[in-house]
Amino acid sequence: MSLIFNHVSHQYDPDAAIPVLALKDVNLKIEDGGFYGLIGHTGSGKSTLVQHMNGLLKPTAGEIYYEGRDICDKDFDIKSLRHEVGLVFQYPEHQLFEATVFEDVCFGPKNMGLSKKDAELRAFEALTQVGLDAEYFYASPFELSGGQKRRVAIAGVLAMKPKILILDEPTAGLDPKGRDDILNQIKKLHDEQGITIVLVSHSMEDVANYVDTIIVMNKGEVMYNDSPKNVFTHVEELEAIGLAAPSVTYIMRALSAQGFDVDLTATTTREAADTIINALSDRM
Amino acid sequence: MLRDITLGQYYQADSVLHRLDPRVKLIGTIAYIIALFMCTNVWGYLAVTVFLCSIIVISKVPVKFMLKGMKAILFLIIITVCFNMFMTQGEVLVSFWRLKITKEGLIVAAKMAIRLSYLIIGSSLMTLTTTPNQLTDGLEKLLGPLKKIHMPVHEIAMMMSIALRFIPILMEETDKIMKAQMARGANFDTGNIFQKAKSLVPLLVPLFISAFRRANDLAMAMEARCYKGGESRTKMKPLKYQGRDIAGYLILVGFVAAVVATRWIP
Amino acid sequence: MSLIKTDKLSFDYIRRDEEGNVEAIVRAVDEVSLDIEQGDFIAILGHNGSGKSTFSKHLNAILMPTEGTVWVDGKDTGDSDNLWAIRETAGMVFQNPDNQIIGQIVEEDVGFGPENLGVETKEIWQRVEESLKAVGMWEYRKHSPNKLSGGQKQRVSIAGVLAMHPKCIVLDEPTAMLDPNGRYEVIRAARALNEVEKVTVILITHYMEEVIFADKVFVMDKGHIAMQGTPREIFSRVEELKAIHLDVPQVTMLAHELKKRGLNIPDGILTTEELVEALKKIR
Repeated sequence: MSLIFNHVSHQYDPDAAIPVLALKDVNLKIEDGGFYGLIGHTGSGKSTLVQHMNGLLKPTAGEIYYEGRDICDKDFDIKSLRHEVGLVFQYPEHQLFEATVFEDVCFGPKNMGLSKKDAELRAFEALTQVGLDAEYFYASPFELSGGQKRRVAIAGVLAMKPKILILDEPTAGLDPKGRDDILNQIKKLHDEQGITIVLVSHSMEDVANYVDTIIVMNKGEVMYNDSPKNVFTHVEELEAIGLAAPSVTYIMRALSAQGFDVDLTATTTREAADTIINALSDRM
Repeated sequence: MLRDITLGQYYQADSVLHRLDPRVKLIGTIAYIIALFMCTNVWGYLAVTVFLCSIIVISKVPVKFMLKGMKAILFLIIITVCFNMFMTQGEVLVSFWRLKITKEGLIVAAKMAIRLSYLIIGSSLMTLTTTPNQLTDGLEKLLGPLKKIHMPVHEIAMMMSIALRFIPILMEETDKIMKAQMARGANFDTGNIFQKAKSLVPLLVPLFISAFRRANDLAMAMEARCYKGGESRTKMKPLKYQGRDIAGYLILVGFVAAVVATRWIP
Repeated sequence: MSLIKTDKLSFDYIRRDEEGNVEAIVRAVDEVSLDIEQGDFIAILGHNGSGKSTFSKHLNAILMPTEGTVWVDGKDTGDSDNLWAIRETAGMVFQNPDNQIIGQIVEEDVGFGPENLGVETKEIWQRVEESLKAVGMWEYRKHSPNKLSGGQKQRVSIAGVLAMHPKCIVLDEPTAMLDPNGRYEVIRAARALNEVEKVTVILITHYMEEVIFADKVFVMDKGHIAMQGTPREIFSRVEELKAIHLDVPQVTMLAHELKKRGLNIPDGILTTEELVEALKKIR
């Protein structure tokens, strides 16, 4: 029960004189129940990668296996893959189109061929899961605030009951409160519903607090695929590809350079505070 | 997929043709089309071919790039050719079932194919070597006299130029929304015509909303930058005829005269 | 007189139903009075819906106050005779990089503002060159804006405003849609404008890291000015910021956490260096 990338490459323009690979020999395993962070700067191939995960794009070389079956096989049902691997695009609120929030969330389940009643049941569940107040269920999606619209859009994918949920920059353009709300909601989906999460982001700070594996992409290749702590030890390499470690990592390094005996792998403010207090009490 | 349409997209290069006044190119294109349809014999087509080829060489636009754009309209040319080939009455060369290919049909079809592809190559050369802004500037200036009869010439030109700027953005957006709806299980390519039309709703509604939002934002941005219509506006790149533009007009006159002259060659 | 002065500025959004009857009135800005001095780098912070964007749109007369008055360079924005003079004085850069570039080529877009002002052709070219160089986009002058990154597009927009020679530039959440690199580029360009070109910059944002260089910070909440002061003064009040759903930079947060645990650390730490120094003193 997992999604496996085996030597996957993708070239957008197969006729191009100089082949430009958007993905280059990607090997990955998305395990069931995992919480993944996918990081890379703009143009690193993140978006291309996630569009392979639900079969919107097909590899030009290599294979992708979902639950042991090659998704490029003739008899593989690509539509059912899209129900099981839900993909929430960047600024997903731009895809809302129905007259009410509720109808819009029903769109996905209806496409799956579910009866009206079942679709509505799922829409209700999904909207509750993303924490939207019931008073908005029959409002026009265009009357909601930015953060609320985004929840509705996420619910639209969630209503298909995906086993894997991929979110491309779900916090883009939101303020700190909106960002925390959405990320906590996603964490709840992972912890309570057991949904596998792939979170695409630019921000190490956001990702560090939530995920258990970070996949770093650069120029179409997977550069790191490891726990946050291990990935953040490569500060110089991350900076070289236009990324940065969380600020806490830099503080720990600066302190260590001044002779403080702190844990360099601390990534959150709480961990950092713990290790600083420890370092100071050791001395006293 | 939608981004693949390169027909007539501006191609950055440094050539005489690129530097030519857009008005010369606009009038030139019209003159070229008229000349093309005045050809009656081989000599006429030869003159047009020589003219077109030399313009292509001068333009420094790679032929490959131009042909790539032609792919999109190849279908149109094939249909026209077939239509002419089978529908023209005359001396039958080949016939099968109820279709007859006639000698006259072949000639008409060949003429049609040449005219169509020359027409498209010729006019796309104008857009390939002229930025949309220059093009609208040229149009605005050429149609300037119409302002006297209260034609909103500046506004039309501005509208065209904004439309051209936003076409690539909206195409990309279409692609994005389509993918997003496909991720929600939408189906855009199966079913009968009514189902297909209905399946476009989840694409078109967000697209229109986005277009209006963009229009609103843009209007605000333009006002914030003191845009108040064509009155009292100066130009960063005012159109002024240079020596080469005069030369351009002379060459055009010569070319049209030459094509007209071929009509008397037996 | 200060460059920008507002006196009890209030603004209501009026929502109407299909028949045009008033359905709801939402007060987006509520009695805001402030002064902005020439040459300052000002940041206005607030979460989405705090009224900061609505407020900023008054500074170049895109919106008119429902109540109260705004003076830009001594001119009342409510007086329609002042409209163009005000827009020439206070330029504006918006959030979405795609929806504010009018030209098809970078240099033509930067020339759009001066063209509207009726500047002579020769001077337009000079201004375009200066402005593009000021934001570091001169090498891209012949490019199509569609092929640029988000940060580059926003820098072109800034150049487009700069070419109108304004006294003040209002940046309305210019980085909200950008990635970290783009954000950094834009903030660097904005700081350069302020320091080198001496243009007054008013930056509207919800990213805390972007305001630590500002001369003065205004924090907005529910249409009011909730706090004002230097970045250090503002970020000393971590609990208050949290209460109105705002963050503080991670360094400041860490310093605050350490202080809560009993360490003797000063308030309002803004940089890693300051924190290291403070901890060295304790050691």
